[in-house]
Amino acid sequence: MKQFFSFIKKEFAHVFRDRKTLVMLFGFPIVQIVLFGFALTNEIKNANIIVVDNAKDQASLQLIDKMEGTKFFHVQKTLLTPSQIDAAFKEGKAKLAVVFPANFYNDLLHLNKASIQVIADASDPNTAVTLTNYVTSIVNDYQAQLSPTASMPYTIVPEVRMLYNPDLKGAPNFVPGVMAMVLLLVCVMMTSVSIVREKEMGTMEILLVSPVKPLLVIIAKALPYLALSIVNLAVILVLSVYALDVPIKGSILLLVAESILLIITALALGLLISTITSSQQSAMFASMLGMMLPTMLLSGYLFPIENMPVVLQVISNIVPARWYYVIVKAVMLKGLGFGAVWKETLILTGMAVGFTALSLRNFKIRLE
Amino acid sequence: MRALRFLMQKEFRQMFRDKGFTGRLFIAPAIQLILLPMAANYTIKNINIAIVDHDHSIESQKLSNKILSSGYFKLADYTDFNSKANKLIENDKADLVLELPKGFARDIINQNNEKIAIEVNAINGVKASIGFGYLSGIINDYNNALRLQWVVPQETNAIPTIVTSASYWYNPSLTYYIYMVPAILVSLITGVAGLSAAFNIVKEKEMGTIEQINVTPIKKYEFILGKLLPFLAVGAVVFTFGLLFSWAIYRIVPLGNIAVLYLFMFVFLFAILGFGLLISTYSQTQQQANSIMFLFMMVFNMMSGLYTPIDSMPGWAQFVSHLFPISYFIEVMRMVVIKGSGLHDIRIHMLCVFLIGLVLNTWAILNYRKTT
Amino acid sequence: MNETVIKTNKLTKRFGDFVAVDEISFEVYKGEIFGFLGANGAGKTTAMRLLCGLSIPTSGEATVAGFDVFKQPEEIKKNIGYMSQKFSLYEDLSVKENIEFYGGIYGLSTKEIKAKSTELIDTLGLHNEADKLVSSLPLGWKQKLSFSVAVVHTPKIVFLDEPTGGVDPSMRRQFWDLIYNAADRGITIFVTTHYLDEAEYCNRVSIMVDGKIEALDSPAGLRKTYEATNMDEVFYKLARKAKRSE
Repeated sequence: MKQFFSFIKKEFAHVFRDRKTLVMLFGFPIVQIVLFGFALTNEIKNANIIVVDNAKDQASLQLIDKMEGTKFFHVQKTLLTPSQIDAAFKEGKAKLAVVFPANFYNDLLHLNKASIQVIADASDPNTAVTLTNYVTSIVNDYQAQLSPTASMPYTIVPEVRMLYNPDLKGAPNFVPGVMAMVLLLVCVMMTSVSIVREKEMGTMEILLVSPVKPLLVIIAKALPYLALSIVNLAVILVLSVYALDVPIKGSILLLVAESILLIITALALGLLISTITSSQQSAMFASMLGMMLPTMLLSGYLFPIENMPVVLQVISNIVPARWYYVIVKAVMLKGLGFGAVWKETLILTGMAVGFTALSLRNFKIRLE
Repeated sequence: MRALRFLMQKEFRQMFRDKGFTGRLFIAPAIQLILLPMAANYTIKNINIAIVDHDHSIESQKLSNKILSSGYFKLADYTDFNSKANKLIENDKADLVLELPKGFARDIINQNNEKIAIEVNAINGVKASIGFGYLSGIINDYNNALRLQWVVPQETNAIPTIVTSASYWYNPSLTYYIYMVPAILVSLITGVAGLSAAFNIVKEKEMGTIEQINVTPIKKYEFILGKLLPFLAVGAVVFTFGLLFSWAIYRIVPLGNIAVLYLFMFVFLFAILGFGLLISTYSQTQQQANSIMFLFMMVFNMMSGLYTPIDSMPGWAQFVSHLFPISYFIEVMRMVVIKGSGLHDIRIHMLCVFLIGLVLNTWAILNYRKTT
Repeated sequence: MNETVIKTNKLTKRFGDFVAVDEISFEVYKGEIFGFLGANGAGKTTAMRLLCGLSIPTSGEATVAGFDVFKQPEEIKKNIGYMSQKFSLYEDLSVKENIEFYGGIYGLSTKEIKAKSTELIDTLGLHNEADKLVSSLPLGWKQKLSFSVAVVHTPKIVFLDEPTGGVDPSMRRQFWDLIYNAADRGITIFVTTHYLDEAEYCNRVSIMVDGKIEALDSPAGLRKTYEATNMDEVFYKLARKAKRSE
């Protein structure tokens, strides 16, 4: 037992002496949180748009005024022909052009019908559609103002309640994702690279001939990363609660327990990868391709799973992070208890057991 | 200069001997070019809605049908019980719950207005607002149709209407992958060229072969060129492969001049390889280089406008984003491939990347010292 | 024999307060096999690095192959060879490819490279291994190949940093045969080593203790001065004075 502890001490020393890697391990979650919390968003705003006002009458000016007043647009007023608009798009100077015809207000007054042309740079379809929708809703609002009757008869009034995240903040969606990414990164990639490094350097043999059982050697290797992951988890939760205003609505204990489940799965995966790779570069590479990429893509936190082709949806079922993400959302954001997540927990446990068994078997085979 | 020839010959020989080489060069990018566009689809559809109908009237069913036939929504459940519907939101089986109260149709006519309750799972704020946007749009249409039915026609003529006609240029089918694939390709060659170059140099440090080189007459710049040029070639090869692959799988054909793309690619690689070199001078082991590169790649990927628009970022983030060569190349790729932008249109981008490359390479070379 | 190929005068290297090499002055003559001995930490590796142009001296003077170490390090590099402790052949290149690479680096023409390549492979008896990767060679062969590659351009001096680590005595003997061969051709050998019996193979030997050269003479001369029967004893007597050791 004493020898085991000296192994553990050595492994901890390895990890904590490599300052640069340590910085990365702690920096990663913090950077992700800062970026997602304060910099990145899917909303469209501050878009440069061109307004071609051929009318310059009270209606067009009012509408343009409205558009300038929103945070969605930076309005540039110039008179451009379609080919000039094309050139502006090509230079990336604007994403949208709104063209008012010469008789805009007149048409509205006398014919009760006028049209506005909206030309969108649809290279980014989402931006194009969203910006067009913004313009349309501004126009609709204006149209409603013009109408003689103040309120329409027979109106259906939808009353909406936004659950779990009433301010529609971006943060709640990705904090669980960041947690998954960080745990997997540290446990899978770092563990596998660390084990393979010993192989590459030739020191693995030395470890294996020591009186400590091989299994314990591996556990000793994994322990520092287990500890790091828990610290990371704590950091993320603290940041989330105090910096991002995303509270933990459910049981912290349950959250930690589920996280440990994921950690075990991840460590097993790391061991598995180390048994099938022989150089540090390929271990890193296998971790990236086999774990990080699927986690990023298929866990559901960056991209919605239901939008994906069926084949990807099926594959996402074997990505541990996917189930973990659901669990964390339920416990942390919705405040639900074990009863709501027992199914996912079961699946995750199954994965933990499965991967552990597989990797141990592989490891034993390798030893012989 | 002759030494350079031998250096490059050695590099290429080592590259081709490396077993994972073709895998990293072709298979991994191919996989990513297939998976990423499939997954990175932000169009919101297939929203699950649970409808609680207490009214069971023709009108409530009309509204329900209208919602379900819009193409945006999938029915999670049609029930009489609120509790059932709420459970569905808890279990993520429903994203929205619409509750139509008893006497829904009758009250609209008798009372002139009627409230209906909508509950939305707002954890994904964007999805929630877009989903709610679709739903209120449909309800609005239904409302208008209702009015036309019940209101005397003459009164509605006096309402002025503004019609917005929208045209979508360059990508009228609004396919998302046309936007994503060129950008993903940029991210790929950044990894293949920059990362690999950094690793390669650090590996020689770790193995000790760098010291052997240091005693020879090989000059500093020869060594650096001997390392960078092969990776420049690798980057160009992967880029070409990526373009061909995009054409074969996605039918993406650059609208603009391919020569412009290649020109920018070389300037870009110049900058990225300088970055790789710089990282290698700060790392002693492969593990360190791995960690540092990984952190940077993550930041690059997230802040470069690949997935989320740069314009929507706060000022400081936009500034930081403009320090990365990758942000410029992603924009240029999209501009040239989708819109057909020309050399003149991207001149400022090219200049910026060139300057950044100059700074990075100078810094890296100054850092790299043969003697202690 | 009398032409000086290495000359140092009070050559010093400091790392902060620590003086690794302390004002060493000595000369090495052409064609000599010059042994550079010392305990670990005595400063011999640092001293060698100063002479190779791998490190810049803090003070003092030195010329190697007639060139000044401060002002003309690039010229020095053209005229020396070097074999490091890790042997520094590329493991993932073949024997031939390694010869080709280093030949080209040192400016040999394609014809010369080919000729040298054939010669080396013949001398070392590596006909069957010529196209195999260096990683598949046993340690002793790697060492001999490493040395041969280090002198592929027939330099004036070749620096060997602990070249015979880890191989059996018969292999070491074969290695030293190569060294004699090179010395006969007029190449000066500057070798550091742990193996004190190898000191006997050298024309002259210097022993460093705590950064200074405490002794410099032929092996026979040293044995006489220190009243010792072999180099082990000489070394022991000197090393006892040492304050710095591993």
